[in-house]
Amino acid sequence: MDHPIKSDHNRFRKIVKGKLRENLKSFVSQGQQVIPKGKDQFTIPMPSIDIPRFKFGGKSEGGVGQGDGEEGQPVQGDGQEGEGKPDKAGEDEGKKELEVDFSLDELASILSEELELPNIEPKGSSQIESTVNKYTSIGTTGPDSLRHLKRTYKQSLKRQVSMGLYDADNPVILPTRKDYRFRASQSKIEKQNNAVVIYMMDVSGSMGDEQKEIVRTESFWINLWLKHQYKDIEVRYIIHDATAKEVEEEVFFKTRESGGTLISSAYKLCRDIIKADYPASDWNIYPFHFSDGDNWSSDDTKLCLDLLNTEILPVSNMFGYGQVESRYGSGQFFKDLYAAYNDKTDNIILSKIKNREAILDSIKDFLGKGK
Amino acid sequence: MLRSKPINEKLKKLQIEIQGYADEFGLDYFPQIFEMCDYQTINILAAQEGFPSRYPHWRFGMQFDQMSKGYRYGIQKIYEMVINTNPCYAYLLEVNNWVDQKLVMAHVYGHNDFFKNNAWFANTDRKMMDTMANHGAKVRRYIEKYGIDRVENFIDAILSLENLIDMDHLFETDEVRNQREETNKQFAYENSLEYEPYDKKSDALKTYLRSKNRTAQKQQEFNAEDLPIIPKTIPEKPVKDILHFLLEYAPIEEWEADIIGILREEAYYYLPQRITKIMNEGWASYWHSKIMTEKALDASEIIDFADKHAGVMVMSKERINPYKVGIELFRDIEHRWDTGKFGKEYLECNNMVEKHSWDSKLGKGREKIFQVRKTHNDISFIDEFLTPEFCERQQMFTYKYNPRSHRFEIDKRDFDAIKQKLLMSLTNFGSPVIELVDANFDNKAEILLKHRHDGVDLDAKYANETLKNIFRVWKRPVNLSTTYEEKEVKFRFDGKELSVKS
Repeated sequence: MDHPIKSDHNRFRKIVKGKLRENLKSFVSQGQQVIPKGKDQFTIPMPSIDIPRFKFGGKSEGGVGQGDGEEGQPVQGDGQEGEGKPDKAGEDEGKKELEVDFSLDELASILSEELELPNIEPKGSSQIESTVNKYTSIGTTGPDSLRHLKRTYKQSLKRQVSMGLYDADNPVILPTRKDYRFRASQSKIEKQNNAVVIYMMDVSGSMGDEQKEIVRTESFWINLWLKHQYKDIEVRYIIHDATAKEVEEEVFFKTRESGGTLISSAYKLCRDIIKADYPASDWNIYPFHFSDGDNWSSDDTKLCLDLLNTEILPVSNMFGYGQVESRYGSGQFFKDLYAAYNDKTDNIILSKIKNREAILDSIKDFLGKGK
Repeated sequence: MLRSKPINEKLKKLQIEIQGYADEFGLDYFPQIFEMCDYQTINILAAQEGFPSRYPHWRFGMQFDQMSKGYRYGIQKIYEMVINTNPCYAYLLEVNNWVDQKLVMAHVYGHNDFFKNNAWFANTDRKMMDTMANHGAKVRRYIEKYGIDRVENFIDAILSLENLIDMDHLFETDEVRNQREETNKQFAYENSLEYEPYDKKSDALKTYLRSKNRTAQKQQEFNAEDLPIIPKTIPEKPVKDILHFLLEYAPIEEWEADIIGILREEAYYYLPQRITKIMNEGWASYWHSKIMTEKALDASEIIDFADKHAGVMVMSKERINPYKVGIELFRDIEHRWDTGKFGKEYLECNNMVEKHSWDSKLGKGREKIFQVRKTHNDISFIDEFLTPEFCERQQMFTYKYNPRSHRFEIDKRDFDAIKQKLLMSLTNFGSPVIELVDANFDNKAEILLKHRHDGVDLDAKYANETLKNIFRVWKRPVNLSTTYEEKEVKFRFDGKELSVKS
């Protein structure tokens, strides 16, 4: 049997999850760090859960310390704000930060419960099937290492009772060879489905750090959700100003160019990547484009619409366009897309992200349709 | 379920050796049992505050989570754990090396002696291992009956009031109790009331029986003559043991009363450790240092020992290290009483050279520290023995928050300021002094609490949450009068909303 602390631990995790769920909005909008930790595992730093008590208010109190230093020198290493107040003698309850581990599925289920996200239905024709063996059934033959003790015991008990050999005063159960039960494998056909997410972002001068941070947060949660929904996902990143190029994730969020903006350059590259690596029959394809809505010319916008209509939308499960509001952007591109697609095409989703607070709603826009 | 096991023969021999040294030095301890465990087990024990069996509660799970991570990342490592029971149990960590085990054993004998002899521990339950296990069994039964959410929520509420207990209660020695019993008997006799004699039942059991009686009484027919004499105000004088008051008077169910009793009993069990942290750790460190350096250490182990010892004694600018201040203060006392550096004559001596080399060959140092460990707690320890020279030697200072630079900064190296700050942080085991002054406030059965403000405001957010928890037990509005931002105010929770009135 497990130690009772395990159930205390489970209670604690349940409470923590509840807290995360309650505060998901502020959590997401503050861009709080979710630290990936191994495969499909994440760590989230959270303030530890305090039991409220009558206690002294933080800062007016001060305290006593030991060591060298002149008057006026800081007692904490870097003197940053929000370091928490130091412990005092006689009180052990220092503020500790919790590092809570979440699995991908846990995080995804919190997200989906909070946003009421429907499951995605993968494209019907594009599934690859594969057989996997899973030990889910019971058989009468097998190697000793797979023997199922409980079932064997049960079988043996059944037999002894039915044969009248069972003695309640001396309940000894002796299994015979025929009583043995083994775990047996069952072949299952699993639908393998793969998805690719292609992020495109405008990195021209008008997209500031704040805007990129929003895109980063948003893409994290979109990835998380798609990872939860598909067996494997691949993620590709394209940055563009007047020209487009494919980059690594790190570069994607850090690059800042100063040139003009030709959105069509990104769409062209996106099309090429899909063509080269992701045949639509085998892949669920999710292109996302984030920009502040500025495009060089209306001619280029026309070209974009053309690319979308003829080459990108037909192969994609869903195309997402997120427009991050910035001081410099005109936001015209959103209007153009809106005029062209609103209510007419159901696999393009447009979303405006005004500020950090709006991230969660925008995620819901994108993922809320179960595409 | 717990995987601690008896120590091996080699360690048993070591224990006999260390115990021999402890005897030579005159330590007086309970029978000592060492058990060996792996890191996971010691994390569980630490998470459960020393005991192998506790009631189910999420906070043990949280503490376990933190401990395990701390261990895995190498941030913190628990070396020893010792609990105040008779026989005294202590746990050793399997992976510790031989010097560590020696050091821990010597340290543990110091704690054991302290538990047994310090006056503030005199009334602690030395069978706490069993008592805790019983508490666990009871709470588990309530959970089966009423559901985990209901029980855990109630425990949360009571834990929030855990520090509303009375330190003086620890002095309930038999003598004091007998005296009070006499007075009560006399009072009962004079007022022809029924007298309830004191018995040795645990508080939790008593409450349980009492609430059973109460339920039975409710069912009895109402009889005006049976009405107890109600004093004009309840309570007659301000109550610090608010948990006890709620347990007696709050409209709660039997199981709830039992849980208050359980948590209150545990709070009182841990209280002596909270008010003797500096002394207890200082005393244990004094003895591990003494035993190791004068007796137990092998020449080859000196570097390892010095390294470990220094790790424990490390000073911090943000707080005082109880191990460090404790051991140094005991050594200082020993030195002063060996050389006679105390008393009128010494204090009035103005010749610094003479004062420095003062030695009346008194030789009472050892005797004095044994006496100090018997009668003092941290407050009186600091109050009586902290000297300006000591503060200077220990590089102590006070710090305060500078709102302009948003940081804590060194304030002064002034003896009086240091002493005052230290004493203030130790007063009432570091908790604000809060008394219940009226349970029929405004003649509306509302509770009125009074915070004895001594210069530091309460944390308003926490205070409000705590008021809510009192309301959950009392089920009538709760008021708290205090000084906040230099104004007299009354915090109030009426069941729906919080308010502040000045």
